[in-house]
Amino acid sequence: MVKLKVNGIDRAFNGDPNMPLLWYVRDILGLTGTKFGCGMALCGACTVHKNGEAIRSCITPVSEAAGSEIRTIEDLGAKGLHPVQEAWMRMNVPQCGYCQSGQIMQAVSLLKTTPHPTDEQIDDAMSGNICRCGTYQRIRQAIKLAAGKNA
Amino acid sequence: MSPIENVSRRKFLKGVFGSGALILAVRYVPPMWAQGLPTERQTDADRATLHPNFFVGIQQDGTVYIVAHRSEMGTTIRTSLPLVLADELDADWKRVKIDQAIGDKRYGDQNTDGSQSVRRFYNTMRECGAAARFMLIQAAAQQWKVPASECSTEPHLVIHKATGRRVGYGELASAAARITEPKREELQLKNPSEWRYIGKGMTSVDLENLCTGKAMYGMDAHLDGMVYASIEHPPVFGGKIKTLDDQDALKVAGVQKTVRVDPFKPPAAFQPLGGVAVIADNTWAAFQGRKKLKITWDNGANESYDSAEYKKELLETAHKPGKLIRSVGDSDKAFPAGNNVVEADYYVPLLAHAPMEPMVALADFKDGKVTAWAPTQNPQAAQAIMSSELGIPPENVICHVTLLGGGFGRKSKPDYVAEAAVLSKKLGRPVKVVWTREDDVKFDYYNAVAAMYMKAAVDEKGRPTAWLQRSVFPPITSIFDVNSVYGDPPHLAQGWTDLPYDLPNIRIENGPAQAHVRIGWLRSVANIYHAFAVQCFTDELAHRAQRDPVEYMLDLVGPPRTLDFTNVQYPNYGADYKTYPWETGRLRKVIEVVAEKSGWAKKKSRKGHGFGFAAHRSFLTYVATVVEVEVGNDGEIRIPRVDTALDAGLVVNPEATRAQFEGAVVFGTSIVRSGEITAKNGVIQQSNFNDYPVARINEVPAQTNVYITESSAPPAGVGEPGVPPFVAAFCNAIFAATGKRVRDLPLSSNSLFA
Repeated sequence: MVKLKVNGIDRAFNGDPNMPLLWYVRDILGLTGTKFGCGMALCGACTVHKNGEAIRSCITPVSEAAGSEIRTIEDLGAKGLHPVQEAWMRMNVPQCGYCQSGQIMQAVSLLKTTPHPTDEQIDDAMSGNICRCGTYQRIRQAIKLAAGKNA
Repeated sequence: MSPIENVSRRKFLKGVFGSGALILAVRYVPPMWAQGLPTERQTDADRATLHPNFFVGIQQDGTVYIVAHRSEMGTTIRTSLPLVLADELDADWKRVKIDQAIGDKRYGDQNTDGSQSVRRFYNTMRECGAAARFMLIQAAAQQWKVPASECSTEPHLVIHKATGRRVGYGELASAAARITEPKREELQLKNPSEWRYIGKGMTSVDLENLCTGKAMYGMDAHLDGMVYASIEHPPVFGGKIKTLDDQDALKVAGVQKTVRVDPFKPPAAFQPLGGVAVIADNTWAAFQGRKKLKITWDNGANESYDSAEYKKELLETAHKPGKLIRSVGDSDKAFPAGNNVVEADYYVPLLAHAPMEPMVALADFKDGKVTAWAPTQNPQAAQAIMSSELGIPPENVICHVTLLGGGFGRKSKPDYVAEAAVLSKKLGRPVKVVWTREDDVKFDYYNAVAAMYMKAAVDEKGRPTAWLQRSVFPPITSIFDVNSVYGDPPHLAQGWTDLPYDLPNIRIENGPAQAHVRIGWLRSVANIYHAFAVQCFTDELAHRAQRDPVEYMLDLVGPPRTLDFTNVQYPNYGADYKTYPWETGRLRKVIEVVAEKSGWAKKKSRKGHGFGFAAHRSFLTYVATVVEVEVGNDGEIRIPRVDTALDAGLVVNPEATRAQFEGAVVFGTSIVRSGEITAKNGVIQQSNFNDYPVARINEVPAQTNVYITESSAPPAGVGEPGVPPFVAAFCNAIFAATGKRVRDLPLSSNSLFA
């Protein structure tokens, strides 16, 4: 049995401990905000936080999350929108939106370690997250907007 | 009204009333209609107190339901079209709720493809909104016993200025429902100066949900008791199972069983590819079980398909005389022997769509009926293929449309929806089919691989005296007719037939190519390879003549005029030519705008830093693009800036339009840098974003400026037209910076750059 905390709630999982966290939160817990895009940590759509750090849930077995705190997009804005979400809305970032949960989780993690990122730091941190609609220009602007609020 | 709209209206009518009905205001559907509908086919708009037509309903509490019958894949269409209706209704947008339509012929065409949602339904939306507003005004006038002509509206209110009386739409809903629907000629459409939303736009109604993980995509559809299915498809198109050993698969925890899916009967169209489905308790178990299947395949005839060989064949075919598509003057006679003839071969490989959400669908077959939830661009096609695959009438098929995690044309082909329906019928319970990324890349309907042979004879100023262009590509029509090898008029018309140059001798041809994979529409479709060849070849000629590429292009395009396609098959994207003529003056205008905005005249390319330009009309929209590139000593290519100017006629939602053009250059960046699908022994060689890379944030233009020009023309497309000129302008910029001409895409496979 794997014990972990997801969005502040204690959970115990009896199934295959090799199941990636992605499918555990989606299929077992019904938290569908985290998306499946590639299954190989190539696109970032599945990004969640493990103890505050952005990870790719599609290649992280549930067993590796044992004892840790997992946070998904559902919890990020649970008590009112997170500043990054607000910035995303202000800059009208999403098109189809499918990758944006992952983009936002990645950006939140970036701003935590680097409150005022340069363009290069943004590109470095965000280059693991694919947006096929091509909203990158607005993602950059939204991160800067949110960073401005960090000042 | 244009002929094409009359045609679509007839289809529309037939769907609503059956053939032969004579209707005055054809789009207005009697309230009775909705009452005859089974509840599961009704929308909230149908059930509302006042519902003068099936696109709008108004409740007594003032809630306005507007039906979005097109699919939302990121273009904001689910907002933009209802916004048009809301404007003519004079509704308060905050009180509007969007009803997403199921696949249903009564709405007319629902195939959200071809950048045509606004242009095809703009008038319909306006009239449907105006009809409701008419009835509300009539009801208020009756209550107040004043002439309707003295009444007007403010958002969600009818007002009588003379007496200062006002009444809300909700309060009027019951009384208005008793008013006879207006005839078309009674409708009073707003003056453009009165528009509150059209031309101003609005952000997506889904914006907050898209930023909070609450938005529901096909991937998120859920029914209690559903099982998950992952399907091992034949690795070669048209292959069949020889032997199957599923013992190990069945041992995987969570795997319930395996089910065979029948191979398609040619032509493939939208039928399931066939294979073996692993049925499991969750997605992961289904994926794991699949890896344990032991299958031997009968690969069939396409096993011989090798994309490298095929490329050679296409280029050879492109050098042989082909089928004549359009001719001006006499190119054959005009080509002299000598050194003033320029020739070039251009090539674009197969391209995959790779929307972020892989194919997925949930279907529930019960009591001879099926209900599906799918991220589909074409719910009516999904309905049709489910009906034929299950052998049940279309009225027993409900296809709900979820949000789409990207589409780009892939999701207008509903093979994956049919898979879910077939499996649900076999298993007697709800089934969710989930494709992996590998399935998505390997079993796509690819954008056609294409070879273009270009030839021009030029005079002393470098201006062509004769022009020959010949394209060869396996046509999309091959998925519907296995013998189809020539380009069909609608796709040849995409930037090939309609070469806009003012030249004395032009010859446009097309050669045959047999398809060995499924070919399908991808954002911008044939315009991608056609514009690449024409616009880059033009740039070659400009440089050869040592002329400025923009000035040269304007010279070739010639004076403002309407292109004459008499005796030429030119379908014009299905639009009436009188309403949407090909006007070179509009192309000239966007060229001039982008040249000015980008500061083209002052930009001087040098080694390692180049500016490229291209202009193209597609989906009835005129676009000109300037791309700036920097090429490092290591060969790394960066794109500091892109400027793109467009004339898309009336633009309903400017912000959404800008976003589409920003996204188009990213899509184009992927095509140029790394877009390539190859095959060996009939098997697609790519599988995921590692070997089919798409552009990431550090590879795309640092800045994209979009200029929407004022236009009095009717609405045209915005989702696709940005891609083709960007691809060509990017490659022209690379030439300007490196002296290396990109004739083979992508750069990652081009020996000059790789």
